[in-house]
Amino acid sequence: MSDEKRKLLAASPLFFTFFSVLTGLLVGALVLLISGYSPLKAYHVIIDGIFSRPSYIVYTVIYSTPLIMTGLSVAFAFRTGLFNIGAEGQFIMGALGAALAGAFLHLPPVLHAIVAALAGIAAAAVWGGIAGFLKARFGVNEVIATIMLNWTALYLNNFIVTLPSIKRTATNATAFILDSARIEILPLWKVSEAGRTWRAMHPFWHDIFRTPFNAGILVALFLAFFCWWILNRTTLGYELRAVGHNADCSEHTGINVKARMISSMAIAGGLAGAAGALHVLGWTRQAAELAAMEGLGFDGIAVALIGGSSPIGCIPAGLLFGALKYGGSKLQFALRAPIEVVNIVIGSIIFFVAMPKLLRIIRRWLEPKKRQGGDSHAA
Amino acid sequence: MPERKKNAAELAVEMKQITKRFGNFVANDSIDFDVRRGEVHALLGENGAGKSTLMNQLYGLYLPSSGEIFINGKKVRITGPKIAIARGIGMVHQHFMLVQPFTVAENIVLGCESVRAFGILDTTRAFQEVEDLSRRYGLAVDPGARIQDISVAMQQRVEILKCLYRGAEILILDEPTAVLTPQEIDFLAEILQNLTAEGKTVIIITHKLREIKKMAHRCTVIRRGVKIGTVDVASRSESELAEMMVGRAVSFDVEKTPARVQEPVLLLTDIYALNNRGLPALKGISLVVKRGEILALAGIDGNGQSELVEVLTGLRPVESGSIRFRNTEITDFPSGKRIDMGLAAIPEDRQKRGLIGPFTIAENLILEERSLPPFSRSGILDLQAISRHAKTLIDRFDIRPPREQYLATSLSGGNQQKVILAREITRDPELLIASQPTRGLDVGAIEYVRKRLVQVRDAGKAVLLISLDLDETLALADRIAVIYEGRIVAVLDREETDERTLGLLMAGGGAVHV
Repeated sequence: MSDEKRKLLAASPLFFTFFSVLTGLLVGALVLLISGYSPLKAYHVIIDGIFSRPSYIVYTVIYSTPLIMTGLSVAFAFRTGLFNIGAEGQFIMGALGAALAGAFLHLPPVLHAIVAALAGIAAAAVWGGIAGFLKARFGVNEVIATIMLNWTALYLNNFIVTLPSIKRTATNATAFILDSARIEILPLWKVSEAGRTWRAMHPFWHDIFRTPFNAGILVALFLAFFCWWILNRTTLGYELRAVGHNADCSEHTGINVKARMISSMAIAGGLAGAAGALHVLGWTRQAAELAAMEGLGFDGIAVALIGGSSPIGCIPAGLLFGALKYGGSKLQFALRAPIEVVNIVIGSIIFFVAMPKLLRIIRRWLEPKKRQGGDSHAA
Repeated sequence: MPERKKNAAELAVEMKQITKRFGNFVANDSIDFDVRRGEVHALLGENGAGKSTLMNQLYGLYLPSSGEIFINGKKVRITGPKIAIARGIGMVHQHFMLVQPFTVAENIVLGCESVRAFGILDTTRAFQEVEDLSRRYGLAVDPGARIQDISVAMQQRVEILKCLYRGAEILILDEPTAVLTPQEIDFLAEILQNLTAEGKTVIIITHKLREIKKMAHRCTVIRRGVKIGTVDVASRSESELAEMMVGRAVSFDVEKTPARVQEPVLLLTDIYALNNRGLPALKGISLVVKRGEILALAGIDGNGQSELVEVLTGLRPVESGSIRFRNTEITDFPSGKRIDMGLAAIPEDRQKRGLIGPFTIAENLILEERSLPPFSRSGILDLQAISRHAKTLIDRFDIRPPREQYLATSLSGGNQQKVILAREITRDPELLIASQPTRGLDVGAIEYVRKRLVQVRDAGKAVLLISLDLDETLALADRIAVIYEGRIVAVLDREETDERTLGLLMAGGGAVHV
């Protein structure tokens, strides 16, 4: 009976992800130790930095929001058998589209935010769709196309952002988005006279309102569910998965494989674009000139991997990643440990998630000893 | 024991109480198997019975979970093919393992080449050795020809020579006749005779009874991992052997009433098409398929059959010519549109084109009807309808295990084929193209698939059968078209022809065209 339970546990992918995370943390501890920091103290700082105050938890959520969505982007494309390295560029396009629509359109609140978000999503969907089209029409590998489109997006962004009519004076960024397009929770009220008095009486909320707490996480959760629904409950999703699993068979049964590649990349682009758009509408309020890639799109690859390429899995994976990033950033202040240490921890986790062979060895180890007996008899 | 010692002298191979487990699955259950020196011994069983598993243990690809192996009376432990080769065991796999751009001689000496100073290959010596070997065993090959340019039968000889070159005394041939024409099979029988005359021992793995009668002295039957018995081939009839193999009486004749042929449903006119390498594969194919008949396309593998099917299903463009289906020109139609018009195809490679492995049985059963009600309404899937549909078909086509949520990959080959068959037939197509519909299936499943194909015909639909198996062609066809090098060289009525004639036509003899 307990054998059976162990077997079940050993077969569950959730267990392996959990195990990989744990191993990653252990390797991270080792790295900290070698670099001369106390791992216990370091993890204590990280955990404190995530959970000890309401505002920390909220910041963790804010950090995680774009990661969940770029993770969804990569995961969605992956389910169609495509590797979307272009979430980074699509993120930039989404941010740019939303910033421009947010700053230069004049619409009532809520509607303005929705339109601005859709503008960003549309721009990014086109960006992803281009890679899909290049693959479908000319057979250009989507990995190469999306990498190049990342740079194209970066420089296009820098060009548009610094145009005189768009640039905010004395900065290298677009004009701030209008208040009607913001999705922060009560951004004006919380800094107003009334808001300040209320906050003074409610310390818990006061702490939360110190953060740019915004509606982005709700959208991210909705999109995760939406992706799951598309993939598992619609004919489109059925076709996308069919193409992902077996393009030859899909073609044979009349699925337009090329069209599906384009739509998959466009949807993936839109998801990464949503990440960029909501990041702007909820927090930064501008699209800035970029010296280098910010990495939120690339992090999406890791999130998708940890989340097992499942849309729902991207939620905990994104939260974990966001927490490590946010909590880890505090190591610098508390221990003067470089941020790279945190990156090594994250890297180790991904490394172990991506090591199915090691996991198979663990599985055998967890299986009842009976089988080993049979083998050793033969040997 | 004195008795065992006496046997040991004449037994080339003795496997005792061999059990092989894969997890909880027992592939071989305490099998005793012995082969006398100088005999051709057939290992007979349905697909998945465990015969290849048994031989893979003899060749060192698997280790037995328990049991002992004796070679020439000496107990051995064969931990890998290298050990097996050192013990004088050679194996010719079903899928040949030859380097296509290399010559025959190069392939034969590969891995144990004679080398001159500085690692330079001694080509002259390789040629000489190969020629000596082939003369000695009557295995005519051209040592200088490249593998990619020679026929499958020739490639098989190269594989056998490869084993002999490595000093094999015991040869294991896995399904050696699957790819051969009747004439080539006769020739293989001769080769095996020469080998045994020279003192070699041969084991053939097969599920074809006729060839056992033709080639083997003794025969061991395995069913579901258990040995049923070893018999002298001469003392048993084909149907007795079949009964041993399947466990019940089997009928090989498909019950068929005369065809009630109606008007043509598919008209091919002068089709030209290229293969994947850009060379002409179809050179002016014209063909008519009528309602109510089974038209079989006979030919040796690689004469344009695959390309023709791809042209028909819309996966390969034509260079010229026209395809008319149900009185409509469909030459330029994409495959989806052809499917909607009532064209169905059972693809020859079911893993590649027939199924989506990681999809459930239920999902696989709606592949072509994914966007049609009741399975999908305004783009949203009705999971209940899909599941109900699956349950009905699983029941009707006896798919096992009967669980619609199981993944297609978890099914046996026969049941995978049933899923494809169920899907294509229930769509009630006007034309069913069946490529190798029974390849790799066991006798029971073959019987079933063939019966279903005849039913489709009797329902007044057209069936185009593409088979490499002449027995199947002859059993099912109403008319037979022979394809050779991308041309239809003859179209014959089933009654007018026989195996010999077809074999000659398939090999390019008697072609009327120049």
